[in-house]
Amino acid sequence: MKTISIDNENKRNNFLIPFLLLLSLIVLPLFIKHAYFMHVMIMVFIYAIVAEAWNILGGYTGQISLGNAMFFGVGAYTSSILLINFKVNPWLGLMLGGICAVILAILVGFPVFRLRSHYFVIATLAAGEIIMAVFLNWNYVKGATGLELPLMEDSLKGMTFSYNKNGFYYIGLGMLTILVTLVYLLTKSKLGYYFKTIKEDEDAARSIGINTTAYKLVAISMTAFFTAIAGSVYAQYLLYIDPAMVFPTSLSVKFVLIAALGGAGTVFGPVLGAFILIPISEMTRVFFGGGGQGIDLLFYGALIVFVALFKPDGLITLFQKNNK
Amino acid sequence: MNLEIIIQAIISGLSIGFVYALVSLGLTLIWGTMEIINFAHGDFLMLSMYGSFWFFTLFGIDPLISLPLVFLISFIFGVLVYKGVIKTILNRQMLSQVLATYGLGMVFQALALFFWSPNYRLIRGNFLKGTFRLGNISIGIPQFVTSVICIVAILALFYFLDKTKIGRAIKATTLNKDAAALVGINIEFIFTLVLGLGIALVGMAGSLLSNFYYIYPQVGALFGTLAYVVVAIGGFGSVQGALMGGLLLGLITSLTGVLINPAFKYAAAFLVYLIVVLIKPTGLKGW
Repeated sequence: MKTISIDNENKRNNFLIPFLLLLSLIVLPLFIKHAYFMHVMIMVFIYAIVAEAWNILGGYTGQISLGNAMFFGVGAYTSSILLINFKVNPWLGLMLGGICAVILAILVGFPVFRLRSHYFVIATLAAGEIIMAVFLNWNYVKGATGLELPLMEDSLKGMTFSYNKNGFYYIGLGMLTILVTLVYLLTKSKLGYYFKTIKEDEDAARSIGINTTAYKLVAISMTAFFTAIAGSVYAQYLLYIDPAMVFPTSLSVKFVLIAALGGAGTVFGPVLGAFILIPISEMTRVFFGGGGQGIDLLFYGALIVFVALFKPDGLITLFQKNNK
Repeated sequence: MNLEIIIQAIISGLSIGFVYALVSLGLTLIWGTMEIINFAHGDFLMLSMYGSFWFFTLFGIDPLISLPLVFLISFIFGVLVYKGVIKTILNRQMLSQVLATYGLGMVFQALALFFWSPNYRLIRGNFLKGTFRLGNISIGIPQFVTSVICIVAILALFYFLDKTKIGRAIKATTLNKDAAALVGINIEFIFTLVLGLGIALVGMAGSLLSNFYYIYPQVGALFGTLAYVVVAIGGFGSVQGALMGGLLLGLITSLTGVLINPAFKYAAAFLVYLIVVLIKPTGLKGW
């Protein structure tokens, strides 16, 4: 019974710390105006969103996907094509990209969810490779050449901010906050418990009457939607995309690495993972420059092996000493 | 589209298929005994290709001669990786195993990039080169010799697994770890041996590939991905499955390249994989 009292005590802290962190992130651009720092932060937010999105399907529902870049790419391509060819507003394009990704997720998920554990992993990897091959050879989306987005007048409505990076900073932070809140609510909801049951024991879940395929489709749809809108923002921010940027398997794996490094199956783990891995990969690349080819990758890889060996539940466990 | 082109595609498909099979056999053995997908598998292939390259460049040893050396070094390297990394993650969740092995692969790639630069390298002036003709069909000599050595290696492996005491102990461990331990099989020894053997097999494949394939730090990515699909198509843990899967993928990639469009040769292989596992979710020979 003592667990209950500990739980109550934690609850206040659990809200206070994230709230203070959010507050400091909101005011941060007032103090730091360095463009490169802001760029790194925008990348952190985008990767935190995709890692948290992966977390819904992978961390909570236990379906490890190595193909999530397909949703990211479909989001990026949908909003970009709509903007370039049909002058559709990027915000609308972002929503439509999310919907396209959900449709793709259901088309892929419906057959692939029959597969278990490692067969599922390899199937998502194969599906991602197929989608990438399609985009590489699809003339309508300019194949391997990629798409250049038109530069429009600065406005929030048009999701264009060419003079400073604050716009994308706050868009990224806002979306991340919404997603983290949703995932938190999910963990407290009946749906979240269904997801966890499927992760723990799928056969048992099915035997007590949970329609596991339907719930897995719900999970992959949520994952796909948020991954896709992050893809749209990414495209709108960089104003250029090609299949090698938004579709490769290495990107799909990166999403997983970030989530697992921080702590899969926890609300804040993937966010923590992004805050650690993305600055390391961005900064080491700049710091060592062209001379130290491979050093960034070495650091990154060694950290991942180290965490996998000694902190298998992710770095978030460092902050959870009063649990267990 | 005449018959000769198709026969030509089938021959080159089978010859690369044997290489896929050899790469995948190590992966499926490791999975079968330890239930770990080695996501660094392709990077072991890359390292062994560099190994053959440096034996040739620094000491003038032909890849064909250094083959046993690369095999042996890969074996020892595999044993070290087992002791250093794999042993710790044996009973962890799949996600943590993916993380550890993928991270290991990244470290290998980073080291290759750092020491040997991202440049593409090719072994030139080695013993195996040129082509020979059978009627109107031309066959590359390096590819042909590679296939022959692959077939011999695969037969030797099957013989080892079926007829020797240690081989049967490996098979028993694949079927049931606990029962194998009960009848007195030293599981720890089997795991060490299988990881060494698995990496030695992929090392052998890399050594053979280095006779005719470009060598660069990311060369393992494509072969690794294909090997996962080969193993899954054949059924995780099944050696016959890996052989069938390797040849099947070799044929599909080659025939798609010739008959449809080279840009879709790998996508076609992945598509066939999805179709196979949707019909039989545990692969051709899996359980």
